[in-house]
Amino acid sequence: MIDWAPLILTFKLALVTTIILLIVSLPLAYWLAYSKSRIKPIIETLVSMPLVLPPTVLGFYLLMAFSPGNAFGSWLDEWLGIRLIFSFSGLVIASVLYSLPFMVHPIQSGLSSLSPTLAEVSYTLGKSKMTTLFKVLLPNIKPALLTGIVLTFAHTIGEFGVVLMIGGNIPEKTKVASIAIYDEVEALNYGAANTYSLILFVITFIILLAVYLTNGRYLKKFLK
Amino acid sequence: MIDLSIYKTLQAAQGDMVLDINCTITKGQLVSLYGISGAGKTSILRILAGLMNPDKGTILVHEQTWLDTTKKIQIPPQQRKIGYVFQEYALFPNMTIRKNLEFALKKGQDNHSIEELIDLMELGELQHRNPHTLSGGQKQRVALARALVQKPEILLLDEPLSALDVTMRNKLQDYILKVHRQYQLTTILVSHNIGEIIKLSDHMICIDQGKIIQQGDPAELFSTNKISGKFQFTGEVIKIQKEDVIYIVSILIGNTMVKVIAQSSEITDINPGDTVIVASKAFNPIIQKFI
Repeated sequence: MIDWAPLILTFKLALVTTIILLIVSLPLAYWLAYSKSRIKPIIETLVSMPLVLPPTVLGFYLLMAFSPGNAFGSWLDEWLGIRLIFSFSGLVIASVLYSLPFMVHPIQSGLSSLSPTLAEVSYTLGKSKMTTLFKVLLPNIKPALLTGIVLTFAHTIGEFGVVLMIGGNIPEKTKVASIAIYDEVEALNYGAANTYSLILFVITFIILLAVYLTNGRYLKKFLK
Repeated sequence: MIDLSIYKTLQAAQGDMVLDINCTITKGQLVSLYGISGAGKTSILRILAGLMNPDKGTILVHEQTWLDTTKKIQIPPQQRKIGYVFQEYALFPNMTIRKNLEFALKKGQDNHSIEELIDLMELGELQHRNPHTLSGGQKQRVALARALVQKPEILLLDEPLSALDVTMRNKLQDYILKVHRQYQLTTILVSHNIGEIIKLSDHMICIDQGKIIQQGDPAELFSTNKISGKFQFTGEVIKIQKEDVIYIVSILIGNTMVKVIAQSSEITDINPGDTVIVASKAFNPIIQKFI
C-alpha cells in the first residue's frame, strides 16, 4: 500500500494556492484589463514570466530570498518568527507565484472580452466600481473564472521544480506527490511510482475534461 | 438648463479632431444632435454623463456644476442624475428583465417606479425572461425603462433606434415621446435619421467635425428657405447614373426609391450618401390613399 500523505499534501497545497490566487488575482486582473498605465506592460510581463521561466529559476531566487542567511529571510525569522524555507508556507508562496498567470490570464481575458458598455451602464445607474465588478462583470465571466480556478489547481498539482528547490523533500511537510514519484523511482520502487502517477494522471484528466465539457472556449484560447 | 462648454482632442479615424462645443439646452426640451458618424455626437453625451473627460471645459446643470476643469470639479457618473441609453442596449445578460430594472434602484428606493415603468413600457410579459431571448425593439424598451428607474432629470439617448426596422422605430419613438413628457425630462437624442428628429425634437443641433454648424427648429433647418416648393422631401442619394447627356439620381425618401433626372450642373457637388431635398413646384402632385 502506498503512503497517502504526499497526495493529501498535494491537494491541500493546490487548494490553498487556488484560494489565495483567486483573491490576489481579481484586483490584479481587473487592473490589467482596464488600466492604461505605462507600467502595465512590465506588470504583464512579470505575471507571465512563470509560463516560460524554468521553475528552478523561480525556486532558486525564492530559496535565496527566504534563506535565513540573507537579509529578507533573517528579517522574517527575527521579526515574525517565520521560516519559509523547507516549510508548507514557503511552498504556498512559491506556488502562488508559479501559478499566478494561470489564474490572472483567464480572468483578465474574460474581463476584456466584456463590452465596456456593461460597466458604463452600471456607473450611470449610480453603482460603484465594486458593485459593478461583483454584480455585473464577474457573473458574466463565470466560464473564465472556472477556467482560472481549475487551471491553477491542476497546475499546482503538477509542480515539481519549484517545490523541490524551496520545499525539499520532508514527509508530510513538503513532500508532494510529484516529488514522491521521483523519490520512488530513485529507490527503484516502480510499482509505487506507477500508482502515484496513475492517480495524478486520472485526476488531472478528469478535471480538465470537466472544464472542456462545460466551457471549452476560454481554456482553448489560453492553451493555444 | 444645461450649459455646456467643452474642448477635447479626439482620436478619430481620419486623425485628430478637435471637439469644441458651446451650447445651452433648455430644461424640458427634447434636443437632437445631428451629424455624420464620427462628428463627435456620442462624445458629447459621454462627456455629459461623465464617462469621458474633456481636456477643458465646464458643465452646468440646473445651476449645479458637474464639471469645471479650472476648479478641478468633476462629479463622477454615479452622482450625475442621468439616464443613459446606449445603441447596443447593454442589458445585463446575467439578470432577467425584472432584475435588470431592480438593479437600477437606488439604495432604499421602493419598487413603485419599476411597476410603473413595466406598465408604461408594456414589459409585463417579458419581465421574467432573459435578455438574450428578446428582440432588438424589446431590448431597447427595457434599456429605456432601466434608464428611468431612478427618475433622472436628464435622459441621454445615443442612437437608440438605429439598429431597428422602421415599424419598431416608429413604436419606440412613441415610447420616447411618452416618457419624455410623462417624466418631464430634458432629453438629448443622438440621431442621424431626419424623420426621427423632426418627429421627436423641439430643437436640433447640427454637428460637423466636432463643431456646431447650425441649430434651431428641426423642420425649418431641414427644409431650407432657399427653395419654396409645393411639395418637398428630404432623402438620401443612393446612386447617380449617367444616361447620354443627363443623369439619373436615385434617391431614397423614407422607404421609397425615387428617380430624378438631373443636369450635370445640378449634381456637381452631390455624391451618393448625401442628404438632399427633392422639391417641385411646376406641377400638382396627385394624392391617393394607400391601401
